[in-house]
Amino acid sequence: MRKILILGATSAIAIATARMLAGAGHALVLASRNEPALRTLADDLRTRGAPRVETMRFDATAYHTHQDLVKSAAAALGGLDTAIVAYGSLPDQVAIQDVPERVIAELETNFTSVASLLTILAAEFERQEHGTIVAISSVASDRGRAVNYVYGSAKAGLTCFLSGLRQRLWGKGVEVITIKPGLVDTPMTARFRKGPLWTAPEVVATGIVHAIEARKAIVYLPAYWRPIMAGIRLLPERLFMRLRF
Amino acid sequence: MAGDLTFRSDVYSWGRYPRQRHHVHTLWDRHQSLPAFAAPALPYGNGRSYGDVCLNDGGVLLHTRRLDRFIAMDANRGLLTCESGVALEQVLDLIVPRGWFLPVTPGTKFVTIGGAIANDVHGKNHHRVGTFGHFVRRFELLRSDGRRMTCSPKENPEWFAATVGGLGLTGLITWAELELRPIHSPWLASETFRFFDLSEFMSLAAESERDYEYTVAWVDCANRGGRGRGLFMRANHAPERTDLQVGAKKKALRVSVTPPFALFNRLTVPVLNRAYFWTTRTNRSPKLVHYNAFFYPLDSVLEWNRLYGRGGFLQYQCVVPHADATEAVGRLLARIAQSGNGSFLTVLKTFGNRPSDGLLSFPRSGVTLALDFPISGQKTYDLLTELDRVVIDAGGAIYPAKDARMSPEVFHAGFPRVQQFSSFVDPAFSSSFWRRAGH
Repeated sequence: MRKILILGATSAIAIATARMLAGAGHALVLASRNEPALRTLADDLRTRGAPRVETMRFDATAYHTHQDLVKSAAAALGGLDTAIVAYGSLPDQVAIQDVPERVIAELETNFTSVASLLTILAAEFERQEHGTIVAISSVASDRGRAVNYVYGSAKAGLTCFLSGLRQRLWGKGVEVITIKPGLVDTPMTARFRKGPLWTAPEVVATGIVHAIEARKAIVYLPAYWRPIMAGIRLLPERLFMRLRF
Repeated sequence: MAGDLTFRSDVYSWGRYPRQRHHVHTLWDRHQSLPAFAAPALPYGNGRSYGDVCLNDGGVLLHTRRLDRFIAMDANRGLLTCESGVALEQVLDLIVPRGWFLPVTPGTKFVTIGGAIANDVHGKNHHRVGTFGHFVRRFELLRSDGRRMTCSPKENPEWFAATVGGLGLTGLITWAELELRPIHSPWLASETFRFFDLSEFMSLAAESERDYEYTVAWVDCANRGGRGRGLFMRANHAPERTDLQVGAKKKALRVSVTPPFALFNRLTVPVLNRAYFWTTRTNRSPKLVHYNAFFYPLDSVLEWNRLYGRGGFLQYQCVVPHADATEAVGRLLARIAQSGNGSFLTVLKTFGNRPSDGLLSFPRSGVTLALDFPISGQKTYDLLTELDRVVIDAGGAIYPAKDARMSPEVFHAGFPRVQQFSSFVDPAFSSSFWRRAGH
């Protein structure tokens, strides 16, 4: 049985993941800013027979609370061995791209606050010499595009941070897993028109649970995004800058 | 995104007819109010009703499958509270291992709780217990103006009566509390008989109703003369058997392509029917059958509706009062046999006397006949219009959940409380069915 902290537990991908983990008998601390949704999720998991579910209010950009949050999550379960960072915000690029305050706010939510939490979790897991850190980045982190580069660059920072952390903690009993979902049908993407490349949150959740069990490093979900993004990364910048997608 | 509608054409009902255009809006959070749209809205669960009660051409479908949380279960008293987008399959997966079962279940477990309430569905035990609505203790109704009402037979009873069987038109059901039925095992003790005409069916039904919780019959309606031969099944939940466990789930088959024409047609149906009638093993002593095989045989063939081809198919389910049942059902079967329009999935069942709660509930005392027809042009519609006449003359009704073509006159004749119901319809809600038959 793992003792798992899920940060941003009320995101659609986190909900699907929490259901699978609870079903497999793991103990969970669910942290989210959205307290009604947190209660709703906890009720659902308990009704399904989850052995242990705790909830905590958590605000990503209240940095001074991060240390206490991790400490009380560990206290609630008698230790922690897995943390999943699942929150994020996908802004309307056009609405924010000319407003510095809003760009900064998005970078804080999607990168700075995650870096703060990862720093705390890494130190804790390194000290106890075991643990698994999972963070949800995005395929958007693989190349900056006009339609979402604020979000993409924050996720690129996160991908890079995780890569460094993984190297630092190698051989110290701590796994670091980068999840890169593609297009997922969630409330975050409700305003987009859906096509054949879109996936349900349950598919991503299955991939996350498998990545934890199989100790993966970087996982594209679904896997077809790996060759797609490899292709996109190979495009010469001179050509890429002219494309509209 | 109010007013900003994008239409798609890939949302159907289970009959794959009619084909209409919708803006689909997924609901993720039952605590949130409904957005305002520039067109009327309608809740859409899993799209298992057959005609157009779950469609809303040119309007908005409020997709409820993401309202799929369980809220609480009292495993001692057998009470379950969950959101309206939870499917019966998910409910069964949760409750059967804890010794409970659905008190009423339709022939597929892929319907949502909201859909089961909105169509006040019935099952093979109607003669004993009534409809699904009888086991709904309460639910929350969310209106487009943001008002929330808890509805039960005691609290807001008029809204309860309008919403049970209310075809999704009175607002969005966000959650519901259900009464469950205790079971000792996932097995049923089932018996199967052949019968050779309608009166034999009637006497089998009559003699079985007292001692058997579940009764149903399949009818070979393509048989010459339409005398109504068929197979009669009756069953009870099996008593405790500690040596029996739930078997491994078999992987379901899936029909993944739609053939260009109906594989069930006037050439194949008589042959299939005859083969099914004669090859099905009958057993007069009970044998154990898993609940999935007993209640949901068709669920093991996913998307079987595609077998009716690109044109889709029409379901037809009617009820006629007991008094003239043998005569009226006899006339229906004779007319169908004469038309050569065969139906493979023909089901005959007696309803009991317990009055349904809903203003528009379909089940009522009598005999119900359900058929499905591949659409072969105008003559299929003409046949069904003739059947309507027989049903209405006998004082019966047509089931809206399976209808795509009945006239407003036929609807009103079968459902005299439509006028009363219409005052409960949410001003921002409508459906293709309601626009077609409601007025």
